[in-house]
Amino acid sequence: MKDRGIKVIKEKCVGCGLCIKVCPFSAIVLEDKLAVIDLSKCNLCGACKDACKFGAIEIFKPQIVDTGVIKDYKGVWVFIEEEEGKIAGVSFELLGKARELAKDLNSEVVGIYLGYNLKEKIPILFRKGADKVIVVDKPELKVFISENYANVIVYLIEKYKPEVFLAGATTAGRSLVSRIAVKVHAGLTADCTGLEIDKERRLLIQTRPAFGGNIMAQIITPNHRPQMATVRHKVMKELEESSSSVGEVIEENLDGEFIDQRVRFIDFIKEEGYKVNLADADIIVSGGRGLGAPDNFKLIRELAEVLGAAVGASRAAVDSGWIPYSHQVGQTGRTVSPKIYIACGISGQIQHLVGMQSSKIIVAINKDPEAPIFKVANYGIVGDLFKIVPLLTQKFKEILKR
Amino acid sequence: MKVIVCIKQVPETTEVKINPETNTLIREGVASIINPFDMYAIEEAIRLKERYGVQTFVITMGPPQAESALREALSMGIDEAIHLSDKAFAGSDTWATSLVLAKAIEKIGNYDLIICGKQASDGDTAQVGPGIATHLNLPQATYVRKIDSIDGKNKIMRVERLLEDGYEILEVFLPALITVVKEINEPRLPSLRGKLRAKKQAISVWAHTDLGLKEEEVGLSGSPTQVVKIFTPPPRPKGAIFEGEPEECVDKLVEKLKTHIL
Ligand SMILES: Cc1cc2nc3c(=O)[nH]c(=O)nc-3n(C[C@H](O)[C@H](O)[C@H](O)COP(=O)(O)OP(=O)(O)OC[C@H]3O[C@@H](n4cnc5c(N)ncnc54)[C@H](O)[C@@H]3O)c2cc1C
Ligand SMILES: Cc1cc2nc3c(=O)[nH]c(=O)nc-3n(C[C@H](O)[C@H](O)[C@H](O)COP(=O)(O)OP(=O)(O)OC[C@H]3O[C@@H](n4cnc5c(N)ncnc54)[C@H](O)[C@@H]3O)c2cc1C
Repeated sequence: MKDRGIKVIKEKCVGCGLCIKVCPFSAIVLEDKLAVIDLSKCNLCGACKDACKFGAIEIFKPQIVDTGVIKDYKGVWVFIEEEEGKIAGVSFELLGKARELAKDLNSEVVGIYLGYNLKEKIPILFRKGADKVIVVDKPELKVFISENYANVIVYLIEKYKPEVFLAGATTAGRSLVSRIAVKVHAGLTADCTGLEIDKERRLLIQTRPAFGGNIMAQIITPNHRPQMATVRHKVMKELEESSSSVGEVIEENLDGEFIDQRVRFIDFIKEEGYKVNLADADIIVSGGRGLGAPDNFKLIRELAEVLGAAVGASRAAVDSGWIPYSHQVGQTGRTVSPKIYIACGISGQIQHLVGMQSSKIIVAINKDPEAPIFKVANYGIVGDLFKIVPLLTQKFKEILKR
Repeated sequence: MKVIVCIKQVPETTEVKINPETNTLIREGVASIINPFDMYAIEEAIRLKERYGVQTFVITMGPPQAESALREALSMGIDEAIHLSDKAFAGSDTWATSLVLAKAIEKIGNYDLIICGKQASDGDTAQVGPGIATHLNLPQATYVRKIDSIDGKNKIMRVERLLEDGYEILEVFLPALITVVKEINEPRLPSLRGKLRAKKQAISVWAHTDLGLKEEEVGLSGSPTQVVKIFTPPPRPKGAIFEGEPEECVDKLVEKLKTHIL
């Protein structure tokens, strides 16, 4: 290996095995009292290097070169996402976070707002933390098509050179920003739950869950700009609305070449019957196989209604045909992180947990005291959901006067 | 028509456990599986083969043991498999991974449709699919829950995409890339005949040199992002679990939740 990869310095290794314990990928074994790293398992994360007390592990990472080009990049950009003609909540959350980051970078917060007939919605962005808003207001951008939006934003990035670029880790955000990152040759960190600035190196330290939230990774992009991240909703705090809504609006008037003729929007069919969707919900009430029959989802919906919550489900409930797949939470469904997640008649298998274990408060209702869901629950009731859920609905109705 | 499926071998997460003493993942003896979402991608390709007589390929970038994932795909009914295996690929982020996959797809050539899973259960980024599409300058449809139709003559495909609050119908011109969700189908089990065929079939192995890539374009040095630290999240605090009379339990729970809800 040349100047890349990982190496154990044989002279320094004492065979203590500390590195083996900390390796999240079980990539290290001891052979003849020496640590040996299996490169096919190793992810070069550096946990072993940090743990080694003898400086016996070397990792060759590409050097951080302070090229002049990087210095030209300035400003913290936030992609403003539209959701049925309104600005998505996650965009406000990101403006709030961007304010903090911009302060540490001694820089400004810029909203990137694409769509049609946006004018009236711009002032709120200033009240929520933006210093500037770059607007591209065109009928062709009325519907979100990731190719078209990516073309426009790539143009803007090349023109204005932002230092940091943030977007919500939504279906739109993830599909869009992955395209942009490849085009502008930038690093992109997915689904972040923590963002900080290393002031000295002007680096965005991005923290994100992986392996279904079983591990957290810290990621940086030293040599490329902008430093791009998608961010999980409901994690960052939006700012209180300030009264001064002044800021600079930059209207960009591009010509039509950014439209990709190979993609055509035909229709959007909204899912009926549910007031709140899983992504936006502060509270989610979920039902599992314990409900026993499709009609019993009524109990879940009633509690959700009173709480202003969204309705989730385990895969067992979805596969039984009790509720559409769009409500499935877990490894092969959606990942959610609401303030409160109430699991009713869900056992809490790992594939379900990975989709909801980063919720702030987890409540479990299950008749089996041994059910694994209780291990992650902040609060729980052992008992029959057919008794407990209606009681909860009634109690909250009284308290909330709904 | 040619359809290429991208699959990733991942640890079977059911068995991921945290060692309470060292606070790390216990992965010994953890079996490897095909990323769950990629099973739907494989199945969809085989269905297209049955419906339209397309030729199907499966590719993976991964260490030598990822060969078993390719054989499983073959046993389900995929025609050809290619293994992108090279020490130089280790440590690739999604930028470099999608570059390697894009180059391999280019080398296969003459493709009409690329199918990826929605996301991998370990890396969890959902970035590789759109990344490949961009490297190849292809249109994309992510989170596809249904392929409505493929008009082979005019090369137009109509799909349904699952969004947060409903679904969207989109038409894309082929060649294109899609990523799929679970709702799209139910993967079949391999047949005995399929298994036998898969065992014997030759699988090409391509390294970076076969793809016309320089060593510094892939792996760590070709990756803009760097993982600097990995740690386990703090364990959730032990919960308050109520047992006994339903009414009392509910009162206690409501008391605890009240401040968070009001
Ligand atoms: C590759 C793969 C991917 C998967 N992806 C997902 C995923 O995305 N999401 C997901 O949820 N699962 C997923 N699963 C399935 C997962 O392993 C479990 O099978 C599933 O989560 C079980 O659903 P459940 O908890 O509703 O059902 P069960 O495990 O059957 O649990 C039902 C629970 O209800 C309780 N109960 C029964 N009656 C009552 C009552 N009257 N009152 C109170 N409690 C009662 C029981 O005690 C039990 O704990 C996946 C599996 C695989 C292999
Ligand atoms: C803890 C941790 C965190 C990471 N975070 C980031 C990050 O934020 N940003 C980043 O750029 N990289 C990140 N990486 C690196 C990333 O996991 C790898 O680049 C990986 O090869 C692909 O990403 P993924 O697993 O997220 O795949 P996804 O993008 O989630 O996979 C989507 C689909 O792409 C296809 N696919 C993915 N990988 C392969 C493959 N090897 N062969 C064939 N098809 C494939 C499959 O169809 C799959 O369903 C991280 C790695 C670790 C260990």
